[in-house]
Amino acid sequence: MTTVFGIPVVVILGQLTLGLVNGAFYAMLSLGLAVIFGLMGVVNFAHGAFYALGAFAALVALQHFGIGYWPGLLVAPLCVGILGVILERLFLRHVYRLEPLYGLLLTFGLALMIEGGLQQVFGASGQSYPVPESLQGALNLRFMILPKYRAWVILASLSVCFGTWFLIERTRLGATLRAATENAPLLQAFGVNVPLLVAATYGGGVALAAFAGVLAAPVILVTPQMGASLVTVVFAVVVIGGMGSILGAIVSGLALGVVEGATKVIYPEASNIVVFVIMALVLILRPAGLFGRE
Amino acid sequence: MRYSRILTAAALLAALAIPASGIYPVFVMKLLCFAIFACAYNLLLGFSGMLSFGHAAYFGSAAYVTGWLIATQGWGPLGAVAGGMLASALLGLVIGALAIRRQGIYFAMVTLALAQLVYFVCLEAPFTGGENGLQGVARGTLLGILPLKSDVVMYYVVLAAFVGVYLLILRIVHSPFGQVLKAIRDNEQRAISLGYEVRRYKLLAFVLSASLAGLGGSLKTLVLGFTTLSDVLQANSGEVILMTLLGGTGTFAGPVVGAALVVTLQEYLSELVGGWVTVIIGAIFVACVLTFRRGIVGELGARLARFRNR
Repeated sequence: MTTVFGIPVVVILGQLTLGLVNGAFYAMLSLGLAVIFGLMGVVNFAHGAFYALGAFAALVALQHFGIGYWPGLLVAPLCVGILGVILERLFLRHVYRLEPLYGLLLTFGLALMIEGGLQQVFGASGQSYPVPESLQGALNLRFMILPKYRAWVILASLSVCFGTWFLIERTRLGATLRAATENAPLLQAFGVNVPLLVAATYGGGVALAAFAGVLAAPVILVTPQMGASLVTVVFAVVVIGGMGSILGAIVSGLALGVVEGATKVIYPEASNIVVFVIMALVLILRPAGLFGRE
Repeated sequence: MRYSRILTAAALLAALAIPASGIYPVFVMKLLCFAIFACAYNLLLGFSGMLSFGHAAYFGSAAYVTGWLIATQGWGPLGAVAGGMLASALLGLVIGALAIRRQGIYFAMVTLALAQLVYFVCLEAPFTGGENGLQGVARGTLLGILPLKSDVVMYYVVLAAFVGVYLLILRIVHSPFGQVLKAIRDNEQRAISLGYEVRRYKLLAFVLSASLAGLGGSLKTLVLGFTTLSDVLQANSGEVILMTLLGGTGTFAGPVVGAALVVTLQEYLSELVGGWVTVIIGAIFVACVLTFRRGIVGELGARLARFRNR
């Protein structure tokens, strides 16, 4: 068996793909955060709660309505997205004209309500979601064994990230969105329904988080708190990458996932904190973030 | 101003009479510890305009250090509390120096992330007892004469500490240093252009706030006799924000009122509604932000001022 520094290559590659899978989730979540922040100036603390909500929606769809994984991948984000639009209309729209800190506090409250509610309904212990039949088993790539589901997660999240980037940077709708980010009152004067656009963006952003939640459901234990710890890491990713650029959010998300995986091989005790340590280093060396402009 | 003086005097008298009233003193002590925590937090958010989302790190690390010094090193209560505060001050110095490199929401996210780092350290470090926390921390004897084992003696010590913190914060805010902090809060660019070393002021405010938060945590360990991971959890950081926001950010009495409400709510509401208490706390957050951002004391003060101007 080939080894590097006494560690089998198979183990290293396994941890790196696992890191890439985690990075895929970081990328999808920080992407949604960046899009929502760009347009609304609100840091969505409830992002992790929506991620958990997506996983639970898929679970309920499977257990009570017989909706399987593939349709669940569409249905769950759709439901969560609609909920996001409703919450935006009910609560969030009132804080845009206030200091950005109030948006953070408001969405923190929403996160507590969603996560507390999930815990009351489903219990704290967690449930598992079966891996869909077509993605069970593993691919033998000679140099490593790649579980099919992991490959699918990486593929799916990369396509979704690319799709979102394309939508925002290369389509007419995206151009309108970017215009709203620059100057919303002017866009409104041109006859664009900006409040609708904002609500739809928030819905889209949280639907993205829910999609990540469904993707994650078969590989992790589905618990009400599954998003709470993740969102802290994603915040660190966002501080590292800077929220100004969409591509920056995707790249730093993936990269930090891989770094985390590599740390698991070299020094497992530090794998939980490596992202925060990198964040501290970035703050010292490049306070505005790697892709940030200030 | 006159009303607030009368109210403060009445509250102090009531606090002095608590041991004779039959109210469970440990509950009031816990409440006072969180009131210290919230007042310390308010020094940062209310008077310096910095939203830290990770204040549990200072509260919790001081709680752990105090517990560790007493339980394993055999220190007395005074030294252990001082040691706890020193630890949280140092932690505040490091995290504060990093966090003030960014402003606003980024500042909040940095403090949150670094507090999570502290949480992981507390979870895995050998001296914190992991999931079990530190148990059996004896209160000991203060200065060789005051037996803290008695709840009444302990109560008056905690009350004295609380009054001390309250007066200290009044003094800080009304000092020239406090005025500069307020200037930074209201317009950082202008404070810079006036020639103030803004970063130094912010860092000092951060360290002061962290050490006073640590005092709250250390005293809580002493009162309850144990420390657990819940002291360093993100939820604890959230609760201190809620206490401050609910009571009134940037008012002196607000955090005390907020701490009293939130601690009472958790103590009694959790018996009534069980796990829904998290949902209710979340709903209070939302209601606070949407309807009364000045908090209870802030709103009352504003009403009173309007009434008088009529």
